[in-house]
Amino acid sequence: MRTLEQTTQEVLDLATKHFQLPAGSLAPEDDFFKKLGIDSLQTLELLSRLENHFAIELPDYEVQGVSDFKTLAERIQSRL
Amino acid sequence: MLDLSQYQSVGEALREALERFSKEVCLIEADREREKDRLTFAEFKKRALPLAKALQEAGFSEGDRASIIMTNQSKWLISAYAIFFCGGVLVPLDYKLTPEEQWQLLRHSGATLLITEYPIWRQLSVSVGRAAAANVKTVLVTEAPANADLAGAQRWEEFRGEGEPRFVPRRRSDTASIVYSSGTGGRPKGCMMTHENYLEQCVALTSIYPFWPGVRYLSILPTNHAIDFMVGFFGPFTCGAAVVHLRTLRPEYVREAFPKYKITYVSLVPLVLKNLQKGLQARFDALPPGKRKVFNALVAINKALTKSRPRLGLSRLLLKQVHEAFGGELLAIIVGGAFTEPQTLQFFYDLGIPVANGYGLTEAGTAITVNDLKPFRADTVGKPLPGMEVCILNPAPDGVGEVAVRSKTVMSGYLNDPELTAETIVDGWLMTGDLGKLDETGHLQLSGRKKNMIVTEEGKNIYPEDIEKTFESLPVKEFCVFAANYIWPKRSMTGEQLVLVLHLDQEQQYDEQLHRDVTVRNQRLLNYKRVHGVILFDEDFPRTASLKIKRNELAARLAKLDSAAAIRPL
Repeated sequence: MRTLEQTTQEVLDLATKHFQLPAGSLAPEDDFFKKLGIDSLQTLELLSRLENHFAIELPDYEVQGVSDFKTLAERIQSRL
Repeated sequence: MLDLSQYQSVGEALREALERFSKEVCLIEADREREKDRLTFAEFKKRALPLAKALQEAGFSEGDRASIIMTNQSKWLISAYAIFFCGGVLVPLDYKLTPEEQWQLLRHSGATLLITEYPIWRQLSVSVGRAAAANVKTVLVTEAPANADLAGAQRWEEFRGEGEPRFVPRRRSDTASIVYSSGTGGRPKGCMMTHENYLEQCVALTSIYPFWPGVRYLSILPTNHAIDFMVGFFGPFTCGAAVVHLRTLRPEYVREAFPKYKITYVSLVPLVLKNLQKGLQARFDALPPGKRKVFNALVAINKALTKSRPRLGLSRLLLKQVHEAFGGELLAIIVGGAFTEPQTLQFFYDLGIPVANGYGLTEAGTAITVNDLKPFRADTVGKPLPGMEVCILNPAPDGVGEVAVRSKTVMSGYLNDPELTAETIVDGWLMTGDLGKLDETGHLQLSGRKKNMIVTEEGKNIYPEDIEKTFESLPVKEFCVFAANYIWPKRSMTGEQLVLVLHLDQEQQYDEQLHRDVTVRNQRLLNYKRVHGVILFDEDFPRTASLKIKRNELAARLAKLDSAAAIRPL
């Protein structure tokens, strides 16, 4: 079982790779809308990637109002 | 379809539709690749009437208000029908609002009943806003896990009455629903829509884009939104057509739904349309040079042949693969909710996919104009719908002025706000606050806004007053939020942004700490509601005798600043 820290790091790594950013450029508290300059649909695309990676299903409502990686990782952790 | 002139209310028309089209499929609900539910009109009725009976047994009666806060799914529509059957007034709320905002609107609406989904209720039930909305006496929650703590709510699935409920008739002039067009942080704008508003709008829309049994409408926009309520519920139901709900809006599943369910119509906001365009463009760009050349030639032929009107059969033959990706039966993509860039509309039309660009306001009963595609025009929002009178007030020499609308579809007013109603509906004309002109062919061209607000590409109306609460107690002398276009008007309705105007205390600096404070508060707002920049203004804000900011006067003073230099990006 992953710890929350591990999950958070994997979320950051995956987002870094997905958006082709330099390693270490994302932090848990970062607002992904702002940091990545993405809209709500692109967020849903990222979510699909995360679902595949963690082999879980994250309903859309689970990420409603979430805008930072830390909270996103917590939502994922609760479904692992 | 039903002859809607024969009916007095939404509930009455729906009741007749459930009888008339009993064997037709009315609802398909899918979650990702799994189909969860498929209902005929008869089965829909069978699920709705026990709920209506239980509501009546619980004392819910004529004129009582009931709110629905749910994602798009079958229980949304079943619940709405049960409410109308009992003569109730529907209060559809946006499930994307924060719990505090939802409680605020629940309180304002006077709703006594709330129907919601368990994940939403989980957040609502622990929100501090709950105490203020004591008017909500009964809460029904769908899909709650077996051992869930319902925090005083009841299970929707078990809320069933025995025997036939009594249908409660309503008059055309009675309020059918209260739809909030804005006002979560400031002055709630609850549009009171009458039964006549809906019946008339449905007749007007279906005269141009008809539904019939076998038609399938893909419901993506939230059903609380006036567009989806009309074209994703009332319109198709009264014509015997079916609605397809998706429980996720992931682009990959939306794309799959078109061929899987042979979709006939879909309504989209510009953001989603642009996302589809991006996906298609990437696929076209990836074609090998030879195939790309052939493809471009076919698009050019299609473009020439559809210049005066769509020729769907021909387009489907010429650009078979593109149309198959959309299921091969798509008749039109209806686009609204916000301004759509002409090149996006043209992109789809050139592929032979009719895009019906429209313009509307909740206050006007959804759509005011829609493109009839005779011929297609990417530069306008179409012509007024039948029964809609549109006029341009005080036009400038170039013909541009405020758009005003008169129609049987215009709301009766704002709930509990006669003053705002009187400002908005003048001598029967609805002042839209949008600027535009009618061209010689009767098409409406929009060119900006007169009002202090923005509309995002997702179709969200954002009023600056609504988000000022977030910046309350900011350690500055005074502050105010504006739509940048309101200060520096431009002839455009895209890329609209909000700005925060700060008047600092004497000797105070806009330092790192203040910047951080502003940023943190800004991030508390949902992403589409955030301000994009800060303006420092070193004069006292003009105020009324009751100390309210004179926004128009302040905007006029700010307009003297150079916008590029004045706005510090956040």
